Amino acid sequence: MQSALTRRTVVGGLVAIAVAPLSTSAAFATPETMSDAMRQELGPDARPQAGRIKITLPELAENANAVSMRIAVDSPMTAQDHVKDILVFSEKNPVPTVARFHLGPRSGQARVQTNIRLAGSQTITVVARMSDASLWIASADVIVTQGACFDGT
Amino acid sequence: MRRAPAYAAAVALFALTFALAGSLTAHERGIPAAEIRSGKTFLSRNLQADQDDPAANLGLLWVDQGAELWRTPAGTEGKSCGTCHGEPAAMKGVATRYPAFDAALGRLMNLETRIQNCRTTHQSGAPSLAYESQELLALTTLVTYQSRGLPMSVAIDGPAQEAFARGEQRFHRPQGQLGISCAQCHVENWGKRMRGDTVSQGYATGFPAYRLEWETLGSSHRRLRACFNGVRAEPFPPGSPEFIELELYLAWRADRLPIETPALRR
Amino acid sequence: MARPTRILVPKTAKKGEVIEIKTIINHHMETGFRRDDVGRVIPRDIITRFRCTFGGEVVFAMELFTGIAANPFIAFTTVATESGELAFEWEDQNGEVTRATATISVA
Repeated sequence: MQSALTRRTVVGGLVAIAVAPLSTSAAFATPETMSDAMRQELGPDARPQAGRIKITLPELAENANAVSMRIAVDSPMTAQDHVKDILVFSEKNPVPTVARFHLGPRSGQARVQTNIRLAGSQTITVVARMSDASLWIASADVIVTQGACFDGT
Repeated sequence: MRRAPAYAAAVALFALTFALAGSLTAHERGIPAAEIRSGKTFLSRNLQADQDDPAANLGLLWVDQGAELWRTPAGTEGKSCGTCHGEPAAMKGVATRYPAFDAALGRLMNLETRIQNCRTTHQSGAPSLAYESQELLALTTLVTYQSRGLPMSVAIDGPAQEAFARGEQRFHRPQGQLGISCAQCHVENWGKRMRGDTVSQGYATGFPAYRLEWETLGSSHRRLRACFNGVRAEPFPPGSPEFIELELYLAWRADRLPIETPALRR
Repeated sequence: MARPTRILVPKTAKKGEVIEIKTIINHHMETGFRRDDVGRVIPRDIITRFRCTFGGEVVFAMELFTGIAANPFIAFTTVATESGELAFEWEDQNGEVTRATATISVA
């Protein structure tokens, strides 16, 4: 039986070609797999509102292996009203969930920082879950530059 | 992350960018003293800040590891580095003088080979420390860290003269399939962009350094290997006399730039 | 040898002050997506959890995945309530835990 060339296989093939030079891995996320991961984390009916989150990422990352990322969420961080979770998603990394931060009133401020890996230039999405269960969302674009002097070891 | 196909493009860029070879007379740095700039100044402001941050500079993890090794006895006599040398702080200034010619051994030693030698001669029975091993990197970083902020000041006269001359020659000699010398990049074209990088002046005052590409800390010889690969030249083995001679020339070229070890580099 | 860690906590703080804590730990965070020279997959080996407690109470926690850079750097804030010891725990995928502490004096 001949398999029909569906749109999915064509798109899949193109994605594989596009990302091949960036990694030896065959498994790569797409904006769709990121959406799947977000649905799984936040629930199928989640409708995060835009705002309240500030993401600081370099516009041009010097090296994709370690990109400094700061996230700040606008919240009083009181017992009644605080950020519970900050979730970070990538549309291109092989694992779409990059990090989950868990905060509370003891945090004082909703401010975290870490270094992330980027499988190529992409949009990073951050969702904050508040103590009242409301969800907030923001995104930031990063361009990954290619270094000239690597030894591949 | 591997970027093998991009490699060929980088190599081609090298060839196009540097069509002409320059020649320099002996013992000229080629860069006016007022323009000498550390590798740090070619980093983003973010990375520069991280290098100075005691909780963000990842290279400091090797300083801590080195401090632990420093006081750990090794060998049949149970001697540690500290047994002979005291506290690591006693090593202040030492790294500024390396590579240095060892009259007894009759050869040029860098800090790594000095520590390796110390290990086998004074801590008999202790396992030797392989070049680029985590242990040797940690001890080298710890010792070099004691001279952080102090200017390089290597001897290039007397018994070091010949080794220095060979290092200098190698720096200016076209190498590899692309026939490009160190000087063509780091003297004649520093400051220019090459893909995502800015070509530095090519000093080693931050090494051992934490390099983002490596995702770990590595020696200056590991960095030199990347340079040699870049011009498609066969790299010398880490710890080889050829690389130590080149290291001496780089140390002299750095004029009086301060040691930054452990530096952060792309 | 214990896995090296570094923690930066202000030595002193005023009661109620929000302080920033920075931590790093030596870990290669091998993704499981890379291959070695002969094409074999290098197995995943990562830290999956980090937490900071004060007086037994969790003040900050994080879950890490393969997208966190090698030698994880983590910075966060907490309210200085009283003098005491902050405890830090990094747990890898096999449940192996690296611990460290830092003391803070609150006036």
